[in-house]
Amino acid sequence: MLDRRTLLQGTLLAAALPSPAALAAAMPGVTKRTIKIGNTIPYSGPGSAYGAIGRADIAYFKMVNEKGGIGGGRKIDFISVDDGYSPPRTVEETRKLVEADGVSFIFNGLGTPTQSAVRKYMNARRVPQLFVSTGADKWGDPKHFPWTMGWQPSYRTEAQIYAKYILQAKPEAKIGVLYQNDDFGKDYVTGLKEGLGGKKTMIVKEVSYETTDPTIDSQAVSLQSAGCDTVLTAAIPKFAAQMIRKMADMNYKPLHIMSNVSISVGSVIQPAGPQNAIGMISAAYLKDNTDPQWKSDPGMNQWRAFMTKYMPGADINEANHVYGFGVSMTMEHVLRQCGTDLSRANIMKQAASIDALDLPVLLPGIKVATSATNFHPIRSMQLEHWTGSAWQLFGTVISGA
Amino acid sequence: MAGLLHQILSGLASGGIYASVALALVMIYQATHHVNFAQGEMATFSTFIALALIHAGLPYWIAFFATVVISFAIGVAIERLLLRPMADAPVLSSVGVFIGLLLIFNACSGWFFGYTIKRFPSPFEGSGGHGGFLGGYVSPHELGSTAVTLVMLLGVYLFFRHTRLGLAMRAAAYNPVSSRLVGIRVGWMLALGWGLAAAIGAVAGMMIAPIVFLDPNMMGGILLYAFAAALLGGIANPLGAVIGGFAVGIIENVGGAYIVGPELKLTLALAVIAAVLVIKPSGLLGRTVVGRV
Amino acid sequence: MRRALLPLLGALVLLAPVAFASDYHLFQLTLAVAYAIAILGLNLVSGYNGQVSLGHGAFYAIGAYLSAVLMNNYGVPYWATIPVSALVCAAFGFAVGLPALRLGGLYLALVTFALAVAVPQVLKVNALGPWTGGAQGIVLDKPDAPFGLPISSDQWLYLFSLAIAAVLFLLARNLVRGRIGRAMMAVRDHALAAEAMGVPIAMLKTRTFAISAMYTGIAGAIGAIAVAFVAPDSFDVFLSIYLFAGLVVGGVGSLLGPVFGALFVQFIPNLAQSVSKSAPGAVYGVILIAFLYFMPDGVAGALHRGVAAWTQRRAASLPDEETRGALAADAPIPTPSEGGKARVG
Repeated sequence: MLDRRTLLQGTLLAAALPSPAALAAAMPGVTKRTIKIGNTIPYSGPGSAYGAIGRADIAYFKMVNEKGGIGGGRKIDFISVDDGYSPPRTVEETRKLVEADGVSFIFNGLGTPTQSAVRKYMNARRVPQLFVSTGADKWGDPKHFPWTMGWQPSYRTEAQIYAKYILQAKPEAKIGVLYQNDDFGKDYVTGLKEGLGGKKTMIVKEVSYETTDPTIDSQAVSLQSAGCDTVLTAAIPKFAAQMIRKMADMNYKPLHIMSNVSISVGSVIQPAGPQNAIGMISAAYLKDNTDPQWKSDPGMNQWRAFMTKYMPGADINEANHVYGFGVSMTMEHVLRQCGTDLSRANIMKQAASIDALDLPVLLPGIKVATSATNFHPIRSMQLEHWTGSAWQLFGTVISGA
Repeated sequence: MAGLLHQILSGLASGGIYASVALALVMIYQATHHVNFAQGEMATFSTFIALALIHAGLPYWIAFFATVVISFAIGVAIERLLLRPMADAPVLSSVGVFIGLLLIFNACSGWFFGYTIKRFPSPFEGSGGHGGFLGGYVSPHELGSTAVTLVMLLGVYLFFRHTRLGLAMRAAAYNPVSSRLVGIRVGWMLALGWGLAAAIGAVAGMMIAPIVFLDPNMMGGILLYAFAAALLGGIANPLGAVIGGFAVGIIENVGGAYIVGPELKLTLALAVIAAVLVIKPSGLLGRTVVGRV
Repeated sequence: MRRALLPLLGALVLLAPVAFASDYHLFQLTLAVAYAIAILGLNLVSGYNGQVSLGHGAFYAIGAYLSAVLMNNYGVPYWATIPVSALVCAAFGFAVGLPALRLGGLYLALVTFALAVAVPQVLKVNALGPWTGGAQGIVLDKPDAPFGLPISSDQWLYLFSLAIAAVLFLLARNLVRGRIGRAMMAVRDHALAAEAMGVPIAMLKTRTFAISAMYTGIAGAIGAIAVAFVAPDSFDVFLSIYLFAGLVVGGVGSLLGPVFGALFVQFIPNLAQSVSKSAPGAVYGVILIAFLYFMPDGVAGALHRGVAAWTQRRAASLPDEETRGALAADAPIPTPSEGGKARVG
């Protein structure tokens, strides 16, 4: 109804002069005072831990609005809805956001299966699907999906970085992999193999776990029995912490490489025992909110001030709050760069022309950058190792493919 | 060969976990003839309460027993407030209520206590915490918690077999009408059953949390294995539940490592159980109930 | 006259959305129709035949995947995939029904629940990757309206699913009201007595399971076509649990129940998340329990009682001989022969 009326007014007046109504017709989801942005994220169900990202996004845009909004004083009307990490519901909610609520675009939808379910729809409708919260590699494919863009470094890129490190630091390694049996875990296996290239046979054992498994003890025993002296763990925090502790319990001390997903000091290392993780290697792009080395970092203090003011009472150890802050800040940057032209085409164009943006929560030297051919906003990471009390960065910032 | 031994050892360790939850399921089945799907989530919630008490400064064992008492009260309250008024509803509707409880407790755990995993203290770990014990394949805590499970088993057994209250509870669940005639207060027996099951669940939760880490979804997978264990052993038999728990732990570990690969180990365990049940429909140690026409 | 009016009115209510609702709402209603068919299937086996299944999400998943793989890998038109899904799911249901013969109550509930847990894991297995797409799932094309009909894809799919549902509901109605239906309920209420009266229990139970699985498989196929995407994550154990919740909320052992149950499954999660972002699961649980608390025998049961109370009041206020006679035939505890007559009449 609303669409038809605005369209009608638009066509009637467009001939005369570029009135606000005509602009509104060309800028779906945008009024003189507001811009509507949609988001789907699991607030319920098995992925409800990620709801923290959605809540941080909401809080961030509240802050933007309090500071005067964007694009000529427009306030952000951020509609974040629960999809329970279930693809059919993502389709349903996304269609509601686009067709019934009439949002300008979808920002930071979470989950590989859920966002895969709507990617075709979003591109057919030419609605931007921006800064998808998943580490799958497929979100940076401007040729086939010019309306879809990821944000974080992909798991495959990360695994390639580890492969390079292993080839250089331990060329005779017998590698074992523990991975979650889904797209997240399997991307690490793929990336590792790509990175090893002709030396794929260095991988002597791959074991998977299901998120319904109570423990990964059996898998840890299998890796040890296979004689692996290097272990890559692609696991979510619960199983990562179990792995670190189990290895210590078994007195099994391979070179342990941990997925970036599970390197939070507060929610992985502390529960697993800081001394058990000494020597563990990982790669990072965000600063860790629970790592003492960023205690008085000005960037992290900016995040802390945001938390105190806009998310009082929320868990300050939750790394997802840092993630939400960073991705929302990227969004704010893109919207400011749009000026007053908040058409879908321009939003997508500006999202694809971010020039070395520095975020306070990114590690020093890592920047957000996109171009018409590069839809991977963050593609560099830096290796680090756990000293027993902090993550120690080493080497240089490495950019993936 | 050492690998196999280690797989069996760690299978036994996980089996202890399943056994303790299975025991809570058996308890509530004995007392109410229902299987409570919310049992796992209630146990998780209790464990969070225990952690909050410990963080508030209470010594471990005081927090432990306080949690048991609180959980008992929650169990009784649920029976009195929610299930009592629905006593005449169709059986399937009560399953619906259990599903509702599962969702509520799960969401509330996350809402009140957050989703990041938390370390839960163990009463059985020395100052070092780990290392060397049975090659590290079974931790002191896993041994200790298995002992706790066995003590609970003994307690449940003695309670149902050798106390008047236990007998009354079994009677109330088995035949409410006749029980009422002989003077048993059936309503309170059911409430008591819920309370005891919640208390046992709380103990199980506090024993499991140090192993798998505490988070709102801690019990999701475990409950499934516990169901399997309870039914494998026979849902009406506490000893069967414990044996079933250890059996499931070994089957999934050994099967996962050597037969089907870890991605299908749950499927394998479930298939084995389905097969056992088809051969012996009331579980390994269950008795066949003969109905009167 | 009134007899013809009610179905007509019902048809009008069901068709009205095509004219008035937006594409997005029609999509939601299409999913609701799929859930209604799935819950109807569950109702046949659990409600009418008393075999509790907590694993119907497995049949839904198999139906959905079969349809998706046939469309994606073999270019089969969407409508032609539905009979295939129906047949395969029926066969699968028959196979599951075999052990179910020996397992009662809880044990059957667990074995079916295990099935619901195992199916998504099997779908992810590498060996099946070329067909199932592994954890990534399969993206499908949404079918357009055929014959150049001037309606949108969503309008067409709603009508399409509605037509299938109408056929399936009519079939179910004839089934439960006929000889087989009476035998199914006799087995549920007293298996031993039913057997003594000559009901072939084993055959009846397995066939009921097969029909039930077929219904749910068809629902899954419709769901896959409407959503245009399948992945293992679409069919986790919660699907089975929600279908079961829909069954009890709608009304066990009622043909109308699945319709209400489907509306519950489809729309209550949206309501729950609009109430609370912090704990939508808790809100959903509270709503579920409240429904069961106030309507223990489901929405259909409550409606039935409401209508009965209303006609009774009306009959009392108009005490002519005819209605009193009708009342007597509908008395609370009829003798078997009277009860039978009342049902037929």
